[in-house]
Amino acid sequence: MSTLSYQMRASFAFVERNFNLIKRYWSWELVWLVYSITDSMAVSFIGLGMERIGGAASVNTQYLVLYLLIGTLVWRFLSTIFYWITDLISIERWEGTIEYTLMAPIRRLTHMAGQTAFSLVYSLIFTGVILVVISLVFDIDLSHANLFSATVMLLAGSVSFVGIGVMASVLPLLFPERGSQMTHVFIALMLLISGVYYPVEVLPGFLRMLAVYSPATYVLRGARMAVLEGASVPMLWPQIWPALLMGVFLIPLGLWVFQQAEYYAKRTGKLHRNG
Amino acid sequence: MSHAVVVNEVYKQFGRNERPFWKALFNPRSGSGNGKPTAHPLHGSVQIIVAVDRVSFTVEEGEIFGVLGPNGGGKSTLIRLIATLLLPDKGKISVFGYDVVRQPLQVQQLINRVSVEASFFKKLSPMENLMYGARLYGLSAKQTRKQVVEILLRLGLKERDIYHPMEEMSRGMQQKVAIARALLSRPRLLLLDEPTTGLDPRSKREVQAVVRELREVHGTTILLTTHDMIEAETLCDRIAIMDSGRVVALDTPEGLKNRVRGTTDRQPTLEEVFLELTGKQLHNPEEEEV
Repeated sequence: MSTLSYQMRASFAFVERNFNLIKRYWSWELVWLVYSITDSMAVSFIGLGMERIGGAASVNTQYLVLYLLIGTLVWRFLSTIFYWITDLISIERWEGTIEYTLMAPIRRLTHMAGQTAFSLVYSLIFTGVILVVISLVFDIDLSHANLFSATVMLLAGSVSFVGIGVMASVLPLLFPERGSQMTHVFIALMLLISGVYYPVEVLPGFLRMLAVYSPATYVLRGARMAVLEGASVPMLWPQIWPALLMGVFLIPLGLWVFQQAEYYAKRTGKLHRNG
Repeated sequence: MSHAVVVNEVYKQFGRNERPFWKALFNPRSGSGNGKPTAHPLHGSVQIIVAVDRVSFTVEEGEIFGVLGPNGGGKSTLIRLIATLLLPDKGKISVFGYDVVRQPLQVQQLINRVSVEASFFKKLSPMENLMYGARLYGLSAKQTRKQVVEILLRLGLKERDIYHPMEEMSRGMQQKVAIARALLSRPRLLLLDEPTTGLDPRSKREVQAVVRELREVHGTTILLTTHDMIEAETLCDRIAIMDSGRVVALDTPEGLKNRVRGTTDRQPTLEEVFLELTGKQLHNPEEEEV
């Protein structure tokens, strides 16, 4: 068997395993879906309530609802990818299988590729289900939306989130007891600076400077342009290329950090301790 | 006969004198020896545990090589070092000529391991767990499904158990699935770290029969750690006795007995040999291993 087909087959191991885990933990998946739907709905209701909260009649509530909905859906998509990638290690720590996976004759790139492929498909379906349910509740006008451009923007942004996820996944490797929880700090910081629920322009100066370096900033801006204004893919290019560029930089960086962390864990005996 | 495993002056310690990760990130491979250790002096009351202390031995191809020792004796650390799960601080280990530190992928293709704790995705069935394991070793799904059933039935599982979550299985059954996982990849070197601990006598015999068959039919080299003296005596061609990280004796079961024969009138048991050489009893296998 050639090295490539060997590694491809090995990569599919992670896709199939994750699918089987979802199947077996179906009740948890259901709970998570209900939580995500209610969370997205709660945020969208803020848009409907703005007129009453602010007392101003000039608020375009339909626009506001859609603005917040795009934020919550894009964020759900990107954070789901992030958490599946960080699960690369944390799920194996939880089950105690990490030594068997890291002892297998596969390259770490193969490992990541399998997990990434699964996370992309899962996140698209998961976010799609939320969108369908919410569109039944809210009167959403998507007549101007370019959903193709929005999907392209999401996929371009997901590349960099894979890199960030790979970097964050070293935390459960290095800190068996609390590493998994520590990954939340990455997501919390990006939630703050990327303009998920508000334009980044409202942020104070130093946070606005940080927003430039968050790939989510470009994904959110691009997705809003596509859905609210019907922007085409060429029109989104100023948002797409920074997101892609960050991905091209972050994925190799993530792999390098992971390799160093694996080496460190093997030298200090941290693989064996189950958190 | 060629060497399957060469362990040469291997040293491994654990403790809190390691550099933090952020420092290691920018200079991860400094040190000496093929394990590239960080050569820190001991600081104050920092506790250092020497798990493997300048251990050397060779295992011949097709041999069943046993490692006997008390808990904390360094047996599991030694297995992990050979399995590429730990890096030696000093010394060198090669498996069929491949260096475990410099050529881990080549080594990993030739080995598999069964540890004392059967680690699985507990919600998944044996079939799902073994499919995952087999794919990691590049095996085809169709071939694996057939083999999984064959091996598990051979090890005494019922067919319906193969498709139910592993959390519903006894520890002994889980251990059998762990052995099946290792067998699927047809390793040239099988590392068995107390594989029969916790199994009932019948299951023990079934596992031991599989170990013998692996060597006789497939020529698999087996490195086995155990607390069970009878198991060591009946299965192993040679036995290394480890204590406090060191190999205190290495010989055939008969040779080890001859070493202490002079002290008693009758043929000593392996237990007595162990006691004589280490001054310790082999104790409770449920205690945690280093």
